[in-house]
Amino acid sequence: MVIRSNNDYKIKVQDISKSFGNVQALKNISLTFEPDHIYGLLGRNGAGKTTLLNLISNRLYADSGTISVNGESVIDNDKALSKLYYMSEKNCYPESMTVDQAFKWAANFYPGFDRLRAKELCAKFELNGKKKIKQLSTGYNSIFKGIIALCVDADFILLDEPVLGLDANHRQLFYKSLMETYSDNPRTFIISTHLIEEITSMLETVMIIHRGEILKIDSTENLLKAGYSVSGKADTVERYISGKQIIGVDVLGGLKSAYVLGELDRAQVPPELDINRMDLQKLFIRMTENNQGGEAK
Amino acid sequence: MQLDFQSDKPIFLQISEQIEDAIFTGAFPEDSQIPSTTELSARFNINPATVLKGMNKLADEGLIYKKRGLGMFVGRGAAQAVREKRQQDFYQQYIVSLLTEAGKLGLSKQELIALIERNYGGETNGDQK
Repeated sequence: MVIRSNNDYKIKVQDISKSFGNVQALKNISLTFEPDHIYGLLGRNGAGKTTLLNLISNRLYADSGTISVNGESVIDNDKALSKLYYMSEKNCYPESMTVDQAFKWAANFYPGFDRLRAKELCAKFELNGKKKIKQLSTGYNSIFKGIIALCVDADFILLDEPVLGLDANHRQLFYKSLMETYSDNPRTFIISTHLIEEITSMLETVMIIHRGEILKIDSTENLLKAGYSVSGKADTVERYISGKQIIGVDVLGGLKSAYVLGELDRAQVPPELDINRMDLQKLFIRMTENNQGGEAK
Repeated sequence: MQLDFQSDKPIFLQISEQIEDAIFTGAFPEDSQIPSTTELSARFNINPATVLKGMNKLADEGLIYKKRGLGMFVGRGAAQAVREKRQQDFYQQYIVSLLTEAGKLGLSKQELIALIERNYGGETNGDQK
C-alpha cells in the first residue's frame, strides 16, 4: 500500500447548517475526512446523509459554516472540486450518451481515469459499453456509475447508495472491486448506505448521522467492541445487567436478551448466559430507534 | 480460509490465526509466499488495513517475513514455533474449559478420566466438539 503523507489531503466540514423550508436537515455539523480512509456514513432515511454529500460536492449551498478540500473552500471552486468525485443517486450524464462515451467524458474531467480498469469491470459486470445510459435498468445504472467512481483517481470518492438495485452477486463483485482499486491506489472513500452489515468489514471509520446531527464517529474496531448482548433466563439476565448501560431488551417468554454498552469482561458473565457480539447493524438500530428517525425533506 | 463475521473475535485476529493455522498444517510451507494483503482484502471484502494488522502480528512473532517488492513469506521453523506455542496454550484453552464444563455437568474426576481413556489411542484426531 502506498501511503500519502501530505497532511493537507483532507475534507474539513465546519459548523455546517442547512435547512429546507422550516426543516433543519443539518444542525451545526463538524467533521473531518482523513486521507486514504474508508468511511461509512450511516443514518436512517432523512437523517441528512445525502444533504451532507451534496454540500461537500457544492451541489447545494450551506446556510452557514464552511467546507474545504485540501485547504480550499469548495464553493464554486473547480480546483477543490476536481479533488473529489461524487456518485449520487441522480444521474448526471446526458441520457443519450453511451456508456463508452461517458467513460471518455469522465476521463476528460479526471485525467487519471483508469480506462483499462473500466473496461475490465464492464466485462465482469457484463455491462455493454455500446448501450445508451437511458437504456440501463436501475441495477445497471448503479453499476455504470459505480464503475466510473471506482476508476476515477480523485482524492475523495463519495458514494451515495452505490449498490442500489444490485443483486447479491453484483454487490459482492462491487465490494471486491472496491477493495482491489483501494489497495492498488489508496484514496478516501465515503460510503453512504443502508446495507450496513455488508460493508462493515471494509470500513475504517463509521459516522452515524441522526436527525441532522452527528451521533457517533469512531473506528469500526472500537464500535464493534462498544457493546455486546447477553441472553438467557430472564432473572439471570436481569441480575447481570443491573447497574450496566443497556440500550435495548428483547423478551421471549422466560428468555431475555439485553444489549449492553461497555467492554465485555467474560469472567463477570454467569456461565449460563450466552454472549453475542453486537454487530454494527444492531448497534445502529439500537442507537437510532429510541428517538425515532424523522423526515428531513 | 473462512472468516466469521458474527464472531466476537476481531477480524484481524481471525486472519492471523487462520494464516498461522495454514502454516501449522503445512498448507503454507516454509519459505513459500502467503496471499497478499490485496488478495485477502478483495477475497473477503475487508479493509486492507485490517489484513495488514493481522499480518503484522505474525511478522512480530517471527512467523512470516517480508521480501522487499515480492510480498510476505513463511519463516524457517515457523511450523515448529506454532506447534510449541499451541502446546503451551493447550492447558489454558482446552483443559481449563474442559474442567469447567465437566464441573457444570457434575462429572466426577473418575468419570472424566474414564471418558478420556475411552477414546484414548482411538480416534483422537476427530474434530468432535
